[in-house]
Amino acid sequence: MPSAPASEPLIRLRGVGKVYETGTQTVVGLTDVDLDIAAGDFLAVMGPSGSGKSTLMNILGCLDVPTAGTYAIRGFPVETLSPEALARIRNREIGFVFQVFHLLPRYTAQKNVELPLLYAGVGREERARRAVDALRTVGIEDRREHLSNQLSGGQKQKVAIARALVNRPALLLADEPTGNLDTKSGDELMEIFTRLNAEGATIVLVTHDPAIARRAKRTVYIIDGRLVTAEEFRERRG
Amino acid sequence: MNALEFLRVAFESFRTNRLRAALTMLGVIIGVAAVILLVALGQGAKNYVESQFAGLGSNILIATPGKIETKGGPPVIGAAKHKLTMSDASVLEKKGYLFAGVAPLVFGTSEVRFGSRTRNVPVLGVTPAFSDVRNLHVEIGSFVTDSDVEAKRRVCVLGRTVRRELFGNANALGQVVKISGARFRVIGIMESKGVSLAMDLDDVVYVPVRTAQDLFDTDALLEIIISVRNKSDIDSGKELARSLLFKAHSRHEDFTITIQAAMLSSLFTILDTLTYVLGGIAAISLLVGGIGIMNIMLVTVKERTNEIGIRKAVGATDRDILFQFLIESTVISSAGGLCGLAVGVLGAWAIGLLAPSLPIAVPPWAIALSVTFSVFVGIFFGVYPARKAAALHPIDALRYE
Repeated sequence: MPSAPASEPLIRLRGVGKVYETGTQTVVGLTDVDLDIAAGDFLAVMGPSGSGKSTLMNILGCLDVPTAGTYAIRGFPVETLSPEALARIRNREIGFVFQVFHLLPRYTAQKNVELPLLYAGVGREERARRAVDALRTVGIEDRREHLSNQLSGGQKQKVAIARALVNRPALLLADEPTGNLDTKSGDELMEIFTRLNAEGATIVLVTHDPAIARRAKRTVYIIDGRLVTAEEFRERRG
Repeated sequence: MNALEFLRVAFESFRTNRLRAALTMLGVIIGVAAVILLVALGQGAKNYVESQFAGLGSNILIATPGKIETKGGPPVIGAAKHKLTMSDASVLEKKGYLFAGVAPLVFGTSEVRFGSRTRNVPVLGVTPAFSDVRNLHVEIGSFVTDSDVEAKRRVCVLGRTVRRELFGNANALGQVVKISGARFRVIGIMESKGVSLAMDLDDVVYVPVRTAQDLFDTDALLEIIISVRNKSDIDSGKELARSLLFKAHSRHEDFTITIQAAMLSSLFTILDTLTYVLGGIAAISLLVGGIGIMNIMLVTVKERTNEIGIRKAVGATDRDILFQFLIESTVISSAGGLCGLAVGVLGAWAIGLLAPSLPIAVPPWAIALSVTFSVFVGIFFGVYPARKAAALHPIDALRYE
């Protein structure tokens, strides 16, 4: 990825839209989204379910491509890339944290964290070393030999964060990461995100919980596939 | 991701589902073992027949009376108008510079009697050359000699079975038996040779050829067996025998010269075909095993949709996923192929122990073919499920529960 000019934000979305074609009808997922995310930002995306925030996440995470508009990471256009190139960006530039963890159940915590490194072509010993480092960052390296389905929800999500971090991505995407956790685990997790951000990680966090969103540096609101102002959001939700 | 990493991922997935991997392999194991066993059996049958003919040699020509126009076996006995005689045999012997031995043969059936015991056996009129040409030797005493033939002596050499039936454990050498009422002195006992293609070589009595002609009141020969000194001269030997007999029969070709090996080769062709047919039938079961692999791989892909989604989300390309599943199916089928090879070879060995008379053998081509085929089966039947896995959209795959 070429280094961007100083003026260029890490992420730049311009007029991004997404339309799903399901048989005869078309469903609008996103409409005309403009969004800049600077390096080191901690952005919360708030919206009710079905508002399009997951669609936005998928596009930001290169799991999906927009049907309209442009999307650039460090000034590099993404929407024209092949599936292989998108896989490469997901591998090197994006770290995902999902609401339902999405760990491989019969793999140990460490093997789960190694997974992105495996597809990056990193050798075995180097993988193990970096995986343990990442597990240490989230404070769970003592569980590295546990199978992921033997871990509690909070532990699973920490492993997932370690997996997201392990390839040192430009952008950490978290989709309702505390949605399946109790308050205590959720708080602990938010501490980790806050700390990671303080250490320089760029984080985009999707949530419908205002308490969670308040931990971020700034918040954008999304309703019916459009970004709206905080006032409009409060009004519509009212 | 390199091949080693893919293999590691494949083995990790087998570890989590051992029984399924084993059952899937079983289909291939049975297929490969069946191919190897049946081909080995077919080969064993061929070896058995071959060993039955081994003593007869590949350098043998047989001259029979009568002309057959088409290719095929020797003419029917007694169908000939023109005979082969002892003078034909001596012409072949004197002028046949390519021949190691010329053995004229007279055949009849007689009652052989010793004391109160009798037995109906084939009586073969032979010359000393017969022993070497047919690779049948005396164990005790001596075989028919030239002077026995010239003097038309009434001497005989007994096969093992005849000796046992007439004499039991008593000494037979020097005793006098009656063949068709005439007295014959026993001068030798043959080595045991066993049954060769419906003819019990031990249940035979040999007498000098001219004595046999007297006994059966004929001057005709059943056939003249010729051994060619050099295997490579078999065709020119045949031509030499033809021209010598052609001259001796005043330029009439009223005889047939057959190369024994040519007769046998058609039999071997049949046995080879049988082996291929058996192997082919077994290969169908290997194919069924392959379909089993495809079935399981399709289930596996469905089951692991979420895993595929996760892998894609963290950066696996379509190719990575394709290779992962393709290598899984190929590893299953190859491992099954190797196990099947072991089972097949062990099975063939066990059959060899149970039936020692059947010289069972696993030909190398059957091993190479079935193992290669099993690898190919894994790739072929793995491609479709693997492509299905690779084509999954990461978002749909992640959402799949």
